[in-house]
Amino acid sequence: MDDLLFIQKDVLPALLEGLIVSIKLIIWSIPFGLVTGTLIAVGRVYGNKSISFFCKLYVIFFKGTPLLILLFMLYFGLPSMGISLSPFAASVLGFVLCNGAYNSEYIRGAIQSVKGGQLIAAQALGMTRAQAVWNIILPQALRRAIPGCSNEMIYLIKYSSLAYMLTCIELTGAGKIIAGRSFRYTLVFSVVGIIYLFMVTLASWLLSILEKKLYIPGWSQES
Amino acid sequence: MTTLTQQEDVILRVENIHKSYGNVEVLKGVSFSVRKGETKVFIGPSGTGKSTLLRCINQLTIPDKGQIWLHGEEVTHSKKNINFFRQKMGMVFQNFYLFDHLTALRNVEIALIKVKGMKKDAARDKAMEELSRVGMDSFAQHYPSQLSGGQAQRVSIARALAMDPDVMLFDEPTSALDPELIGEVLEVMKDLARGGMTMLVVTHEMGFACSVANEIMFMEEGTILESGSPEKLLNAPQYERTRQFLRKLTDLYGELGKVNG
Repeated sequence: MDDLLFIQKDVLPALLEGLIVSIKLIIWSIPFGLVTGTLIAVGRVYGNKSISFFCKLYVIFFKGTPLLILLFMLYFGLPSMGISLSPFAASVLGFVLCNGAYNSEYIRGAIQSVKGGQLIAAQALGMTRAQAVWNIILPQALRRAIPGCSNEMIYLIKYSSLAYMLTCIELTGAGKIIAGRSFRYTLVFSVVGIIYLFMVTLASWLLSILEKKLYIPGWSQES
Repeated sequence: MTTLTQQEDVILRVENIHKSYGNVEVLKGVSFSVRKGETKVFIGPSGTGKSTLLRCINQLTIPDKGQIWLHGEEVTHSKKNINFFRQKMGMVFQNFYLFDHLTALRNVEIALIKVKGMKKDAARDKAMEELSRVGMDSFAQHYPSQLSGGQAQRVSIARALAMDPDVMLFDEPTSALDPELIGEVLEVMKDLARGGMTMLVVTHEMGFACSVANEIMFMEEGTILESGSPEKLLNAPQYERTRQFLRKLTDLYGELGKVNG
C-alpha cells in the first residue's frame, strides 16, 4: 500500500516531466533519422563515386562508434571547436546521426530489392533520374524498409535514455534522481522500465498499423 | 509520292549509330528514317543490337557515335531536353516494368502529373481514356501483381500512349508472355498501327509484321543487313543469312510467314 502511494504521489509526477523530455527527444529524432537514412541510402546507391564513398564512410563511422562516445564528442568535444550545443540538441543530433546510419542500411537494401527496370521505365516517360527515384523507387523502398526501420525506432526509444549522460534529464535521469533521494532503486527503476516497455509496445503497434495501411495487394509475395 | 513529300513526312531519322560495350561493337553504324504513320519491324538473331538500337533512340543508352533526329531536332546531345524528347517517344519493354506500388490507373497518370504537370482530374480522365483504348479500363484499380502478363503489357502501352508520343518504341513486347496472352497485346498494337501511330517494333511475331509492317528490317551483327516490305523480304530475301533466319522462325512458329495475314 505504502509502495503504491509512493509511486502515485512521488514517483509518477517526477517521472512525468522526464517522460515528456524523452518523448520530445524521440519525436525530434525519428523524422530526421529517417530523412538522414534515406539521403545516405540514396547517395550510396545513386550518387557518383565520391558521394557514394562519403555515404559509405558516414555509415562506417556512425555504426562503428559507440553512441555514448558520439554523444560525449558532440556535447563535450564540440565546444572546443567553438560549437556549443544544449544537452537536448546534442542528444538529438547524436541520435539522428546514429539512427540515420542504421536506417540507411535498411533503406539501401530495400532500394536494391525494388524490381529492376522501373527506374528506366520512369525515365523513358520523361522523368529525370531524381524524379524517378523520388516518385517510383523511394515509395517502394521505404515500404520495404518499414520492418527494419521500425526496429531502429524501437532501439531509439530505448537509447534515448543515454541523453541522461549529457545531463539532459529525461525519463531515466528523472528516475535516477528520485531513486537517489528515496533509496528505492528497484521500485523506481521498475516503474521506469515499465514506462519504456509501454512506449515500445505502443510504437510497435502504431508501426504495424502503418505497415498495414501502406500494404499493396500481392506485392510482398512476388520478390 | 515525290521524294520531297517523303522527306517532309520524316518523323525520326537515325544516322550512323555506333555503340560498343567494352570490346564488343553492338551497333556498327545503323541508319534509317521513319515517316509518319509507318510501322517498322526489326527482326534478327538475338544479340544483334535490336534492343540496344531502340534504347539509343531515346537515349536510355547513349550511343558512342551518330545522331538521332526527331522532327528535325537533334535528340542526341540534347542534355536536359532529353526528357522532353523521351515523352515524345513512348517505350514499351519486354518485362513491362510497371510501377509495382501503383494501380493500373496511377501507373498511367503519374507521368502526366509529375512530368507534364497536368491537374489531377485531367490526368485521371486522360489515364482512363488510355486504359479504355487498350481495353483495360475495368482493371483501373488493380495493382500490377494482380494483372496477367498480357494485361500488364497493355497497361504499359497505355502508360506510354498517355504522353501523346509521336513515335512508339516496342522492345520485344510479347517475348515474356505466355502464348495465349500474346494475341491481346498484338491486337492492341495492330489497332495502333492501323490508327496511324508511328511505330518501331522489335519482335519475332511474323504474323504481326506481315499484317501491319510497312518495312521489315533484318539486323545482323550490329547492322541492318537488308530491309524491305514484308512481301519482298519474306518471299525474295536477298541474302542467304536472311533466308536462314526466316526459315528458323518458320520452323519455330509455323507458316506465319505467309504474307498478308
